Amino acid sequence: MPTPLKILVPVKRVIDYAVKPRVNKARTAVETSGVKHSMNPFDELSIEAAVRMRESKNPPVDDILALSAGPAKCVDVLRTAMAMGADRSIHVEIPDAGQGQAELEPLGVAKLLAKVVADEGRNLVILGKQSIDDDSSQTGQMLAGLLGWGQATQASKIEIDDSDRVTVTREVDGGVETVRFPLPGIITTDLRLNEPRYASLPNIMKAKKKKLEKKSLSDYGVDERRRLKTVKVEEPPPRKGGGKVEDVDGLIAKLKELGAI
Amino acid sequence: MATTCLKNVLFNRRLTASSIKSSRPSYLLRPCPAAQTRWSSATTEPRQPDADGGTKGGPSTQRYIKYTSESYPGIKRDNKFGKLSKAHVKFFKDLLGAQSAVIDGVSQDATDDLEPFNSDWMRKYKGHTKLVVKPGSTDEVSKVLKYCNNNMLAVVPQGGNSGLVGGSVPVYDEIVINMSRMNSIRGFDEVSGTLVVDAGCILEIVDHFLAERNHIFPLDLGAKGSCHIGGNVATNAGGLRLLRYGSLHGNVLGIEAVLPDGTVMDDLSKLRKNNTGYDIKQLFIGGEGTIGIITGVSILCPQRSKAANVAFFGLESFDKVQEAFRAAKSQLSEILSAFELMDGQSQDLVHAVTAKKRPLEGQYPFYCLIETSGSNPDHDSEKLEKFLEHVMGEEIVSDGVLAQDETQIQSLWSWREGIPECLGHWGGVYKYDLSIPLPELYKLVEDTRERLTSVGLIGDDEKHPVVGVVGYGHMGDSNLHLNVATRRFDTEVEKKLEPFVYEWIAKRNGSISAEHGLGLAKKAFVGYSRSETMIRLMKQIKDLYDPVSRITPLLDCLMTNYTAERYHEPI
Ligand SMILES: Cc1cc2nc3c(=O)[nH]c(=O)nc-3n(C[C@H](O)[C@H](O)[C@H](O)COP(=O)(O)OP(=O)(O)OC[C@H]3O[C@@H](n4cnc5c(N)ncnc54)[C@H](O)[C@@H]3O)c2cc1C
Repeated sequence: MPTPLKILVPVKRVIDYAVKPRVNKARTAVETSGVKHSMNPFDELSIEAAVRMRESKNPPVDDILALSAGPAKCVDVLRTAMAMGADRSIHVEIPDAGQGQAELEPLGVAKLLAKVVADEGRNLVILGKQSIDDDSSQTGQMLAGLLGWGQATQASKIEIDDSDRVTVTREVDGGVETVRFPLPGIITTDLRLNEPRYASLPNIMKAKKKKLEKKSLSDYGVDERRRLKTVKVEEPPPRKGGGKVEDVDGLIAKLKELGAI
Repeated sequence: MATTCLKNVLFNRRLTASSIKSSRPSYLLRPCPAAQTRWSSATTEPRQPDADGGTKGGPSTQRYIKYTSESYPGIKRDNKFGKLSKAHVKFFKDLLGAQSAVIDGVSQDATDDLEPFNSDWMRKYKGHTKLVVKPGSTDEVSKVLKYCNNNMLAVVPQGGNSGLVGGSVPVYDEIVINMSRMNSIRGFDEVSGTLVVDAGCILEIVDHFLAERNHIFPLDLGAKGSCHIGGNVATNAGGLRLLRYGSLHGNVLGIEAVLPDGTVMDDLSKLRKNNTGYDIKQLFIGGEGTIGIITGVSILCPQRSKAANVAFFGLESFDKVQEAFRAAKSQLSEILSAFELMDGQSQDLVHAVTAKKRPLEGQYPFYCLIETSGSNPDHDSEKLEKFLEHVMGEEIVSDGVLAQDETQIQSLWSWREGIPECLGHWGGVYKYDLSIPLPELYKLVEDTRERLTSVGLIGDDEKHPVVGVVGYGHMGDSNLHLNVATRRFDTEVEKKLEPFVYEWIAKRNGSISAEHGLGLAKKAFVGYSRSETMIRLMKQIKDLYDPVSRITPLLDCLMTNYTAERYHEPI
């Protein structure tokens, strides 16, 4: 008999994928105020993966818990996660100190998640392979280390068999790699895993009635001290725009000038 | 009107049969008229029949478009217009200098280079031009037109060539005056929101420019990656934001244009108010290039909304669609920025072409896309939530989704904006762009579908010319796009559609062209929407601004045979 899954899906609220990030005036972080935020796209894949596991009923899924740690607005992404199919959620509120200062580092998040896994009796954690704001790509791996669980990163396909074995296909340079671990374990998701669903209106409404617990870091006794200091944030040097030439003669002259012909 | 005037001028529609003979249909390279930056840009051409008249064998890059002069042999070249000579071409080369500013098919073979300028986006119309000129300044436009006027050379102004009524391409050997080199943004005042641009600026580029300055162009449409601001103004394009920001007649503050004789009309006012006599620039808005070439535009641009939301609904009936529209107007009021209608079949066809995952699980006879935009996300969300609860709770909409991020917003829009392009997948599309009183808006689609079904023209295989009859459009503006997707343009189909559609519209006092203009496709039918007096007044204006083109009543001019009699034959 397969063990019923108790899934944890952490979701992060980040600057919308389609918005061009800009460095703040102090050059200490990316400007976040007045900018559209949405769920980290990789986390959408994680929620979708969890919901599909439940829909496939094999193995049975007991409960999908979404968690977000961050400022008050994170409630929006948790509502989205629940509208997509998560059963309940936890918001670990971290007051926004501005300029990203209060932001947790991957290790802090991993410690928090390890606590939640223990408290909530989780046996599977599905995370995005990275969040698109700081691109650390560390949280899943650190969490696996802290818990001593198996991990499969950058999943493009997930299968769980009747003997609680998780088989994950991951795309690597030049081909695919297939890895397997026994539950409990950690999966991080990659783009080709699935196509996340839209939040339907009936589900958005149902999501409002789902349970959303408020917690703080101190509830979990996590030490969130930062170990890294951001020295400077800079925009990439602007691309040197190609010059326009008026006609073929102009092009040839330019190429000659550059010594290309 | 489109090409017109200027264009009509040109036509010597009396080109005799023998002179046409030389231009035989040929396999053509797929044209790519203009740079585009977005998938939905209008430069992916629908498939057209190949030389055998078939469309089998998957998309190909070589597709055959019939010459307009062959499809419509009734349109004659008016021989008062001169024929191009090498001397003419030399004048243009001397004037415009740069090699890339003149495409010369007179002194050499340039068929491939001319192709994108000769044929239109629908791949329905194709002209015989041998010369494209691309002036780079207002002064150059003026000199070009003056020369053409003096030498009786016919011209057709061309912007992004995304027009849907055949107005942007020549029929015979009219010179194409393409505006793409006039593409500078002249200035933007962030306090008043006044933008001044050259006519050849591409809409999407201008909108990006404005986005960086927290403003928005008051017009948006599926062809944004190709169409020019000058073309938009010349066609008085309506598009997706009209519901919110109103028509170009209100937003355009000033126009700089060159009249057919070369006179520069500098009315590039930046004033919101200027009641000092007739507002002549209005004649150029929607004038389709018949009385002059627009070279510069000043336009009022609103502040860009910080928050945008998009919801996509499935509904069981057109009555429900109307209820949803009324609810949206009353509950979302000032934040409602688009209310678009798509029928089930239009979405089926988009799905068939793109194979993308549908937004909703089930399938419905009607879909709507609504967009809100406002300055305060919390305020908007609260309103929107109430509205969504209402329409779901009252069972006005059967199902729906709400975009959770910008990427989802764009992909929901693609189910609306992608329709025109997808419909062309099988071959040609008969397009009707109509204003109809709302309660009857969809009935025309049903009536047309029934009409074509009853005579067995619609079917799933090659034997049937028609793939489907679909309706979609700007519900918020009572504007329906009736589109008949076909495997090939077919006389039988056209005979069943026209004048049926126009008569249907005239009975309901609608408009036979809500936002696309008259061009070549609709000008013979203007009488279904305009009275004799109105047509006479229009004709007087045309004669006033473009006396050289004055033609004997039997010929050309869109305004002449407005009675049901058509001067051109069906294809
Ligand atoms: C996918 C798609 C979606 C569309 N959606 C909409 C829509 O939602 N709403 C809508 O209203 N239209 C729509 N259109 C049609 C619309 O009219 C054109 O896209 C656009 O407004 C025309 O601009 P253009 O620069 O391509 O002009 P062209 O096609 O080049 O020309 C159109 C007409 O204007 C004249 N003209 C062009 N430039 C000038 C100038 N500088 N001075 C004088 N005359 C000029 C031409 O002679 C021609 O008669 C759509 C078209 C496509 C292909």
